[in-house]
Amino acid sequence: MEKIIAGKQIDVTEEGFMTDFGQWDKTVGEALAQESSIQLTPRHWEVIAYLQDQFKQEVPLSIRKIGKSGVLDIKEFYALFPNAPLKTATKIAGIPKPVSCI
Amino acid sequence: MEQNNYQGEIRKMMIILSKATLDNVYAAFVLANGARMEGIEAEMFFTFFGLEAVHKKKLEHLHIATVGNPAMHMPTLLGGLPGMEALATSMMKKEMERLDMPDVAEFLEILKASGVKLWACKLAMDMFHYQREDLIEDLDGVLTVGDFYKQGSGLGTHILFI
Repeated sequence: MEKIIAGKQIDVTEEGFMTDFGQWDKTVGEALAQESSIQLTPRHWEVIAYLQDQFKQEVPLSIRKIGKSGVLDIKEFYALFPNAPLKTATKIAGIPKPVSCI
Repeated sequence: MEQNNYQGEIRKMMIILSKATLDNVYAAFVLANGARMEGIEAEMFFTFFGLEAVHKKKLEHLHIATVGNPAMHMPTLLGGLPGMEALATSMMKKEMERLDMPDVAEFLEILKASGVKLWACKLAMDMFHYQREDLIEDLDGVLTVGDFYKQGSGLGTHILFI
């Protein structure tokens, strides 16, 4: 389905995850963050950049991987994105919803 | 106000672990971690043999059961042979590493960092003669059953016994 995000026509799944990363830019990310009631700080952007990098390298994401990333630990991840961090952060980053259970 | 907004969603999982076989321990851990990943609160209560999962000296040596476990698809006599449990356990651990599953100690760290509350059962501790210092530092405390129920009060709490 399509949705207007930051004034742009964006393809998303029913849960609101973007299906075409090419349509993502920082203003889209900011609008998506606002929908999740998250105020983005420079630290958030670092995490988002890391997630996007993993996606480009086709590395599947999990909470355990976040903990081992060297970018941030799990506790900080939950502090930055308090409600369902992996889902929320990937949604803002414009990448697919992770399928991991861990 | 809270009642008016409640749509029947799960808000908190209270998971009771009463067994120390590796498959049960992992099931409980995955459910607790999975809850947090979805933004659901989670608390765990370790009772009876489940206490071994938070016992400093025992948590690294948990096994899966080869006897009395029909899913092993092996005759009971064979399952009882020396070394059989160790073999089955090491096979399971290899498979879990392949799936990016952490070991018990690392999983407990992940749960703690994710905000899962970890409680030990007072009665079971008395029964096994365990002291607080026998259990991991990350434990949030030792509770009675009544305390644990109190922790679960509020709309949308579910209790699960493993």
